[in-house]
Amino acid sequence: MDGQREFWRWSERSWQAPDLDRQAVTAVTAGIDVGSVSSQAVLLAGGRLVSFFSTRTGSSSPDSAVRAFKGAGEPLGITLDDVSYTVGTGYGRVNVPFADRTITEIACHARGANFMAGPAVRTILDMGGQDCKVIRCDERGKVLNFIMNDKCAAGTGRGMEVIADVLSVPIEEIGRRSFEIDDEPPPVSNVCTVFAKSEATSLLRAGWSVERVLAAYCAAMAQRVAGLIERMGVEREFFITGGIGKNVGVTRRIERLIGVEALRLPEDSVFDPQIAGALGAALFAHSLHRKREKERGVAAGAGAVMPPVDTAARKDLWPPAAGR
Amino acid sequence: MLVAGIDVGAKNVHAVLLRDGVPIARVVVASGFDHEGSAGRGLDEAAALAGVRKEDIDRVAATGAGRKALVFAADQPTEIAADARGAFALFPPARTVIDVGADEARAIRLGPGGKVVDFAINEKCAAGAGAFVEAMSRALEMSLEEFARVSLDSTEVIPMNAQCTVFAESEVVSLIHANTPPADIARAVHDAMAGRVSTVVRRIGIEDPVVLGGGTALNAGFVKSLSCALGGVAIQVLGEAPYLGAHGAALIAWDAAQGA
Repeated sequence: MDGQREFWRWSERSWQAPDLDRQAVTAVTAGIDVGSVSSQAVLLAGGRLVSFFSTRTGSSSPDSAVRAFKGAGEPLGITLDDVSYTVGTGYGRVNVPFADRTITEIACHARGANFMAGPAVRTILDMGGQDCKVIRCDERGKVLNFIMNDKCAAGTGRGMEVIADVLSVPIEEIGRRSFEIDDEPPPVSNVCTVFAKSEATSLLRAGWSVERVLAAYCAAMAQRVAGLIERMGVEREFFITGGIGKNVGVTRRIERLIGVEALRLPEDSVFDPQIAGALGAALFAHSLHRKREKERGVAAGAGAVMPPVDTAARKDLWPPAAGR
Repeated sequence: MLVAGIDVGAKNVHAVLLRDGVPIARVVVASGFDHEGSAGRGLDEAAALAGVRKEDIDRVAATGAGRKALVFAADQPTEIAADARGAFALFPPARTVIDVGADEARAIRLGPGGKVVDFAINEKCAAGAGAFVEAMSRALEMSLEEFARVSLDSTEVIPMNAQCTVFAESEVVSLIHANTPPADIARAVHDAMAGRVSTVVRRIGIEDPVVLGGGTALNAGFVKSLSCALGGVAIQVLGEAPYLGAHGAALIAWDAAQGA
């Protein structure tokens, strides 16, 4: 955009397990989450997280799926041939050309959140690019119920991107800067992103600081999402996934409104709330692969079976702790 | 006697000047951020156009979302009151008045004598207002006029899945990538918006005759889609439709000036 900054653009995120012995990476399963705004790929080896990558979804879902996979696989030299099982999820899940199976993002987010934040999670708020869901699950991460808003950009990542552009604030700074205020302003009155945009500009004209407008907008978004959560009811523990999960300006205000604090990941955690769906998909892929191996094993009379995911040890990422 | 009606809308300020109840000037200026300044400018231009002095205007009535900013307005009728008064004057038999502006859609049921019996408003969502069509024409890189015109050439009905202006923009882009004819996209956009406006109208019930005002009334593509969405009812587009609110406000000022 010749010299013009794209404030809405969030940076791609990539992570690989450090000091990984490439030879030891076997039984790779992949989860690909092609969302309406972002695409994620998560790679597991033997049920352990080895790599993930998050990028923007382009105009073609299959290309985005491939790009996400390459982003996660290439740094480790993992190609599609190395992958035993792939599960596609998200809005564009039917367009993951190399997927063995597709599973809804609701199921995947629940499973991913269960793995990330632990089996105590019962209520998940997934704030995605173009929708917002509240999911209730059991201690195994199995979905019990859910409700969603996918009709309106207010309360979604897309809405936040629009505001980032209008106020010329990089999207990743919105949360922090929304607290750089003396007192909490009333939320912007407009639910609709299009109207909120014009309201934001008139507030600036009226002499409000950018931070104050950000606070008012984050508060309005929080209010809207809190309404959705309260329709479902919150059962502890509560966990937030999806891209907006990284925007403390919204998440803290949601917590205030519903009176429940969300589980926080440990400071040194490598997990990113945005990969929950892809992580869940990769975990499903792992289970499905084991099931398939078992069936094959039974058929062939062979004994070698992949180990199950050790959820108790989920914080021990690659490499496995010494002596294991 | 000179009176003026000013309608301070989300996008435009419309001003109508009446001499003894008869329109002598109509002016539209952009609302901008300074509503009072824009309204003052509108009034100046209307006076200049009519060849009268602004000081000679006896009474001003202001309506629209920004009416409260106009301290010089003796009357500040609601948009509903102004629309009702304007529609009754322009077409006395009218029973259902629809006014779709840039940010709002309103439907009003009139009783005998132009009395407001019931009304409904959508002011929460851009997808049921003129801003929606404007955003979509931008996505198609067409002027609003062109967008309205090509819509009438559509041969294929395609559904719009997105209900939100922000999401619809990406849907329109995918339709463009899929080589969907622009005429069919424009038609789909008008159908979608008409569908939402029709739910507002249905809340008050449809009674013939139906009249339409507001800036979107100039969009023939939308009017056609709205007629279909309301079950094929005939829609009479009011003369000088975008000035409906301003005209009504001016008449309210006129009524008040005579009563005073």
